[in-house]
Amino acid sequence: MDRSLKKKYWADQAKKSVLLIPALVLLLAFFIIPIVLTVYYSFTNMALTGAAAQNFQFIGLENYKRILSDPNTLVSIRNTFIFLIGSLVGQSVLGFLIAYFMKGKAKAFRSVVGPCILAGWVMPEIVVSLCCLAFFDVSGTFNKIIGALHIPGVDFIYGHPMMTIIIANVWHGTAFSMLNFQSALDNVSGDIEEAARVDGANRIQTLVRIIVPCIKDTIATNTMLNTLSTLGVFGLIWALTGGGPGMSTTTLPIYMYNQGLKNFQLGQGTAVGMILLFVGAVCSIIYTRLLKSDD
Amino acid sequence: MSERSVKALHYILLAIIALVFVLPLIWLVVASFDMGANQSLKWPDQWTFSNYANVLTNASNLKGFGIGLVIAGVQALVVCVISVLAAYPLSRYNLCYKKGLMYGILFMTALPMIAVIVPVYKMFLKIGLLDSIPGVILYLSASALPYGIWLMKNFMDAIPVELEEAAWVDGATTMQSIRKIVSPLMFPGICVVFIYTFSGSWGNFFIPYILLSSADKQPAAVLLYQFFGQHGSISYGPLAAFSVIYALPSIILYILSQNYMSKGFTMSGAAKG
Repeated sequence: MDRSLKKKYWADQAKKSVLLIPALVLLLAFFIIPIVLTVYYSFTNMALTGAAAQNFQFIGLENYKRILSDPNTLVSIRNTFIFLIGSLVGQSVLGFLIAYFMKGKAKAFRSVVGPCILAGWVMPEIVVSLCCLAFFDVSGTFNKIIGALHIPGVDFIYGHPMMTIIIANVWHGTAFSMLNFQSALDNVSGDIEEAARVDGANRIQTLVRIIVPCIKDTIATNTMLNTLSTLGVFGLIWALTGGGPGMSTTTLPIYMYNQGLKNFQLGQGTAVGMILLFVGAVCSIIYTRLLKSDD
Repeated sequence: MSERSVKALHYILLAIIALVFVLPLIWLVVASFDMGANQSLKWPDQWTFSNYANVLTNASNLKGFGIGLVIAGVQALVVCVISVLAAYPLSRYNLCYKKGLMYGILFMTALPMIAVIVPVYKMFLKIGLLDSIPGVILYLSASALPYGIWLMKNFMDAIPVELEEAAWVDGATTMQSIRKIVSPLMFPGICVVFIYTFSGSWGNFFIPYILLSSADKQPAAVLLYQFFGQHGSISYGPLAAFSVIYALPSIILYILSQNYMSKGFTMSGAAKG
C-alpha cells in the first residue's frame, strides 16, 4: 500500500470510531484507570489518610508479603474458597435438577414452580439477606417448622454462619443456573434420549452418558459465570453476618473492605483486591474462550 | 420404578423445592401486613396497611426511594445513550480493532468490579467525587457499560442494514439514521438494556454504601441495610413493608423485560444476574 492510501485508511478508521469516544472515555476513567491503580497501589505503602496518603513510597512486594504472612488473609482465602465451592455446587446441582425435573411436566405446574424459584433471584440482595436473617433466626420460620417435627432447633447465624451465607447465595442464585440449564436441555434432541432408552439405558445412564455430555458447554459457561458473580458477593454477606462471628464469614471482598477502607491500609487492601482481580481475570478469560468456541 | 411413579416423584420433589424457595418470601409479604410481625411466618392477628403507611409517610424513606430512582434512572439512560452510540460503529463499520475490542468488552462484563473499589474510593476522594450522587452514577454507568454495549451491538446486528441504505441515499447523516431508523427499530432491545441496567443499579448495595457517606444521600438499598444491619431490636412489620416496596420495581421490571425478550429478541451471550 502506498502512503497516501494508508493515510486515507487510517483517517477513515478514525472517522468511523468517533461514536465510540464517549464509551471509551467513560470506560477509561472509571474502569481501566481503577484497574491500573489497583496494580499500582498494591506496590506502595499508601494509606487512605494522614501523612502516608501524600508521601507514599514504592515498596515492591512488601504488601503481598505482609498479607500472605497474615493469618487473616489465609482465613479469608479459605472462606472464599468454601463459600465459592458451596455456592457453585448448590446452585448448579439444584438448578440442573429443577430444570431436568421440569422438562416435559404439565405447563400449569411449570408456570407455578418457575416463578417460585425466580422470585429469590429477582429480589435485590439486601432483601435476600433480610429474608434469610428472619428465616434462619433462632425463632424464625425454619426453626418453627423443625420444632413442630420435634427436631432440635439450629442456630444458623451464630452457630453455622458459613452454611447460612452459602444457603442464602444458593437461594439467590439458583434461578440463573436453572434458566441456563433449561435452555440447554431444550436443545438436547429427544431422539438421542429415545435411542438410548431403546438400547436399554436406564434413566441414570441416559442422564450421565447422554444428557450431561450434550450440555457440557453450558455447564462450563454457567460455572464460570457463577464463579465470577460469587467472587463479587459483598452485600449479601455484609448484611447477613458482617463477616463474623469473628472471621468466620470474612471472604476476600469483606477482608479487602476492612483492610483498605476501615483500617485505612490502602496498599494492603488493594493487594487483597489484586488477588480477587487476578482470579476474576483468569475466570473471565476462560469464559471468553468458552464463548469463542461456541461460534 | 415405573415411569409413572418416577414422574410422580419429580412432581413431589419440585413442589417441595418450590415451597422451600418461596417460604421466606411468603413471610416477607405476610409480615408486611401484620401489626405484630416477628421473625417467623404466622397468621396475623390483625391484617393492616399501617406498616406501609408507616414507611410511606416517613420523609427520609421517601427520599431514599427517590435517590434510588434518580441514580438508577439516570444511570440507565446514560448507559443506553452511550451504548447505542458505541454499538453503531461496532455493528455497521469494518473496524480493524473490532474483534479485539469486543473480546475486551466481553472480558470486562465478567470482571468482579468490587476488586477495584478501594482505589476507586481513593480516586474519588482526590477528585472530589466522594459522597456525591453524580459520582456514584458515573461509576455505576461505567461498570454497566460493557454489558450494555455487548447487548446493544448484538441487538443492532439483527437489524438489516438495507433499511438505512435508503436513508443514506436521501442524504441522512449517521446521527439521523441512528435516531430515526435504528433506534426505533431496536426499541425493544434498548428497553432490555435499560431494564437490566436499572434493576442492577436499584438492587446494588455496595457501591452507594462505600462511595456515599452522608446520611441524607443514601438510596433505598442502603437505608434498608441500616434498618436491620445493626441487629438491634428490629420492628419486622415496617421493615418487611419497606422491603416489599423496594423489591417491587425489580419484580415489575423483570416481568417487563421477559415481555420484551420474547418479542423476537434472543440473548447472545449469557445474562448476568
